[in-house]
Amino acid sequence: MLALLILIPSVAGVLAWLFGLVGNRWPRWISLLAFGIDLALVLLLWADHPGELDFTAKQAWFVEVQAPWITSLGIGFHLAIDGISLLLVLLSCFLGIMATIASWTEIQERVGLFHFNLTWAVAGIIGVFLALDLFLFYFFWELMLVPMYFLIALWGHENRAYASIKFFLFTQVGGLLMLVGILAIYFIHGSQTGIYTFDYSELLGTRMNPNAALLLMLAFLAAFLVKLPALPFHTWLPDAHTEAPTGGSVILAGLLLKTGAYGILRFAIPLFPGAALQIAPWAMVAGVVGILYGAALAFAQTDLKRLVAYTSVSHMGFVLFGIFAWKELALLGVIIQILCHGISTGALFMLVGSLQERIHTRDTQRMGGLWGIAPRMGGVMLFFALASLGLPGMGNFVGEFLILFGTYRVSVLLTAIAAGGLIVSTIYALWMIQRVFYGPNKEGWRISDLSLREMTAMTAMIVSIVWLGLYPRPFIDTARHSLDQIQNVVESVRAP
Amino acid sequence: MPILPLIVLSAASVIVMLVVACYRNHRLTYFLTLAATVVAFLILPVISSQVPAQVTPLLLIDGYALFYMGLILLSLLVVILFSYDYLNGRRESPDEYYILLLIATLGSIILVASSHFASFFLGLEILSVSLYALIAYDRRPLMIEAGLKYLVLAAASSSFLLFGTALIYAQLGTMSFPQIALKLSSAGTIDLIYAVAIVMIIIGIGFKLSLVPFHMWTPDVYEGAPVPVTAFIATVSKGAVFALLLRYFSGLGPRVHDSLFAIFTIIAIASMFAGNLLALFQTNIKRLLAYSSIAHLGYLLVAFLSSGPLRVSAVTFYLVAYFVMTLGAFGVVTVLSGKEKDADEIEDYQGLSKRRPALAATFTMMLLSLAGMPLTAGFIGKFYLVAAGVGSMIWLLVIILLVNSAIGLFYYLRVIAIMYVSGLAPEVTAPSPILTGGLVLAALLIALVWLGVYPTPVLEMIQAIKLGAG
Repeated sequence: MLALLILIPSVAGVLAWLFGLVGNRWPRWISLLAFGIDLALVLLLWADHPGELDFTAKQAWFVEVQAPWITSLGIGFHLAIDGISLLLVLLSCFLGIMATIASWTEIQERVGLFHFNLTWAVAGIIGVFLALDLFLFYFFWELMLVPMYFLIALWGHENRAYASIKFFLFTQVGGLLMLVGILAIYFIHGSQTGIYTFDYSELLGTRMNPNAALLLMLAFLAAFLVKLPALPFHTWLPDAHTEAPTGGSVILAGLLLKTGAYGILRFAIPLFPGAALQIAPWAMVAGVVGILYGAALAFAQTDLKRLVAYTSVSHMGFVLFGIFAWKELALLGVIIQILCHGISTGALFMLVGSLQERIHTRDTQRMGGLWGIAPRMGGVMLFFALASLGLPGMGNFVGEFLILFGTYRVSVLLTAIAAGGLIVSTIYALWMIQRVFYGPNKEGWRISDLSLREMTAMTAMIVSIVWLGLYPRPFIDTARHSLDQIQNVVESVRAP
Repeated sequence: MPILPLIVLSAASVIVMLVVACYRNHRLTYFLTLAATVVAFLILPVISSQVPAQVTPLLLIDGYALFYMGLILLSLLVVILFSYDYLNGRRESPDEYYILLLIATLGSIILVASSHFASFFLGLEILSVSLYALIAYDRRPLMIEAGLKYLVLAAASSSFLLFGTALIYAQLGTMSFPQIALKLSSAGTIDLIYAVAIVMIIIGIGFKLSLVPFHMWTPDVYEGAPVPVTAFIATVSKGAVFALLLRYFSGLGPRVHDSLFAIFTIIAIASMFAGNLLALFQTNIKRLLAYSSIAHLGYLLVAFLSSGPLRVSAVTFYLVAYFVMTLGAFGVVTVLSGKEKDADEIEDYQGLSKRRPALAATFTMMLLSLAGMPLTAGFIGKFYLVAAGVGSMIWLLVIILLVNSAIGLFYYLRVIAIMYVSGLAPEVTAPSPILTGGLVLAALLIALVWLGVYPTPVLEMIQAIKLGAG
């Protein structure tokens, strides 16, 4: 069942490539269908497991799959899903559909290959969210990079070669450091217990001296912080986003960044709880700095895609801040924030993409007065700009509010500063709308408004954001037990 | 009879030579050579029950030797299959080419089975002398230059090797590996003359493996030689010598001696950096692969310098992966090469995905494997190397290996990106698709992905290999 979630998009990718030779319509429908089936499967799973976990086991999962793989090295094919993974996989399938829709008219060349890369990137990301064997995790971690690189390098904009290599290099170096960390914990665990294994549940609670733990934790964090991205490892992000095609941006912002947050939550902290405690203050400061820095830079951009990219840096700062506060409320907020940021930023990128498709520029200085000719686009953009600045009633508000609630009990000062980020985000979001949609239409743009296809996608995203904003209960219920469990694991290791 | 594969190959080269003397026919020679290779390969499982067997003091046929023989013979098979269409029509008499290939392979097989400096030297010379002729086989100026360069440098390095061997004999009174190990362990320390001798031997071996600073010949020879011969040099010749290196030093104890450790560390670091950094500037795909192979041999040294149970299996697995991806990469170049000129400029690959999508996809996978990306043999191989390094805590080498993997990405990705850039293809005399070449490439691709996704059977086979005590 879990393997199927990864298999369906991968097989669809191959089919899309082959049918791409026949016609351009085929790959689009195939990839849409694959993500649709995946989404249905996850929803079924969710209906079966709304959130309860059996706490009698050391680690409990909704569904678990285990099979021998490379037994001689202690590598197993171990997938499992709990509340956190479930929500993230749900988001992956949802954004997969959105990315396919976003590329419907934008991608006209090598359509089959494009959808091959798109589906494989998402398959790799779903794998990352499900893998419980550290080797398997690393395998998927690297696997998702290659198609992502191709998405940027082959279908990107003017400066794509530079951006794609930079993206690949940053993430690759981070990943390799993580590999050393994974291997080191494997050998440490092996030399202590005689069992050489990469299995997550076995490796939990491995004892090691504090210095080693700190170094290994930093090796893991190198991979995760680059992905998140946290300051000062964020410089690849604006470039990659700016140059990526719309579908690529949706995947990048909506999903790829989330793998970093997920990695910290699932691996970095539970495997090295002591070291995590040690660096938590620094990580929280980095998070808060990221919030303000990202927001301030977003304000200064004239390239619309770059602007949205920097807002991601800012929002991911909240995620980092919330995770390292390690309070239940903050962690719940992090999960909601991850979901909402995925949807709202994905939507913003899609809007910017469709705008660029129509006027062939992303320069805000050449825009203005577009509301008059494209009111639907303006309205939707306004909605997501408001969501992004955290207007109550939308999911992002719930996420940020919970995070700040949780962090308040850890550090009042940092929370106060972080809350300042909300004000800056109000400024850049409204400023963006003002420059693009209000004022005179200097260049005399005449464009068509959002099409039915685009409006359908936008409606789905608006509904999700409002749902998350008004009734986040089901999501919170799903995540809470799993978060409790991770916190219990960490407490039990820290206690003695 | 454990040395049957050697006998088959020797006999086959004589038979092919006699046949060529009576009746020249490219197709006949080709099939005879193929048959000999297949027979030699099929003998291996039959004699696997008789090992380990010491055949005279010179040769030790053990599981390790048999595994490498199998690897070498399979690579030879691939090289022969690529050669037929490549040579067909290029020259009037391509027949001797096959004899030389057989003899060179015989030399490599002797190398992987030798347990004595005499057989080591013998194998190395059989290999090298055939290679001189093979490199210059087409008799074009570039090839003759490459052949001569190889001849002069190989002769020089062989004399170093010979001198080193002589010093060892003078000092220890023996040239057999197990006895050298015995005498050294009873002595406890190594004295100056032995150290000098070993350094000289390392120089000789370093040349064959194209490790920095003995790598100067590599790009020129890779560029000048016919593509299948380049593939042969890159895989069989280097693999056999590395297997011998590993056998000799494994016999000396679990870990390379400290002073030698320093030398090998410097060589490894220099090879990794020089190979990768110089590869960045290449515009010729053969030269690029040459520099990348220098770097890959440097990676292999990391596992070679590790200690513990992973050492032999990591080196062996990486060599298997390296063989597959190198043969695959050169295979693509071979298949694309026209009669007049090899497809060796990177520009020749522009827009390949449009013209030959399957070939472009294969080349992409081979290059991604060389870069160590998942789903390919290179990923598991690199993982294994890093595991061996981390396991014996040689952090410096591990970190440098990682840095170099990142540098390597640059040039592999550059070539890949060019294949998918649509644009005017330069006037390449693209030959019509060749069935054999396509099938072999497909087989290599399957092997690559199989090793990358489910390496368990091969890994278990490798871990079961025992180095015979001799």
